[in-house]
Amino acid sequence: MTCSEFLAQLDDLLDNEVAAPLRADLEEHLRGCEHCVVTLNTTRKTIEIYRTHEIYELPNELRERLETAILAKCRKC
Amino acid sequence: MPTIQSSGTEEVHPDLLLVNQAREGDVQAFEKLVRQYDRQVFRIAQHITQNREDAEDVVQDAFLKAYEKLDQFQGNSKFYTWLVRITVNEALMRLRKRRTGKMVSIDEDVETEEGSMPRDLADWSPDPEALYGQSEMAEILRKTIQGLPAGFRVVFVLRDVEGLSTEETAETLGLSVPAVKSRLLRARLQLRERLSRYFRDRSKEGAK
Repeated sequence: MTCSEFLAQLDDLLDNEVAAPLRADLEEHLRGCEHCVVTLNTTRKTIEIYRTHEIYELPNELRERLETAILAKCRKC
Repeated sequence: MPTIQSSGTEEVHPDLLLVNQAREGDVQAFEKLVRQYDRQVFRIAQHITQNREDAEDVVQDAFLKAYEKLDQFQGNSKFYTWLVRITVNEALMRLRKRRTGKMVSIDEDVETEEGSMPRDLADWSPDPEALYGQSEMAEILRKTIQGLPAGFRVVFVLRDVEGLSTEETAETLGLSVPAVKSRLLRARLQLRERLSRYFRDRSKEGAK
């Protein structure tokens, strides 16, 4: 398996959607390819960091203001 | 997702009960839905518009539109995905208004020079989360994702941050499943590549 073939399956591998026979081939490739190990680990970490860090927090004050405005408009509907 | 067992064998999502109450004019039921999802709606709106004022307007417009259109909501999809679809449309409309004359499209496939082949192949060590404080990390993540083409950004956000399935993301954006998959892979790899540059420089600094 080449690195390009491995990369084509990277998303499915990260999302745990790879069937057993193909998974064995991917793992075999990983055993001999440090670059793909790094790519897999750091891509997984990328997703995890974005998932766990709130980068656009909605501050409470703004939240209250928006909710009040939304509900006031709904009542007028 | 929590579900409530109905009298029959099918399970009714709690959102659906609130939607039904809101349809009958119960604004308090709708208020619960707003409180449940306003953070996510704001986040998606910010990711797409990249503008705080626009994002605030999108939150208001999206919920109001949802309220007005509750009758059109089909119980066979989740209320949340339906709301996300409205949010994405409102956010794109805002983006187009602000960038009149500039093409803003998530429909066409985005080809970028930045290939899909990883180039930066140093491992992230030490763990980047040990290197940065919360706010510094948030700033890096914002800067990094802002640089992605809108069509990649929105797929990554819906799929990886908001947790929609590939199929839901495709339906929400009016894209095919293979198109979502191809963009997701490139978005993930480009973010990885860009973050790698930050993290590697920082760990070198630390080693000095």
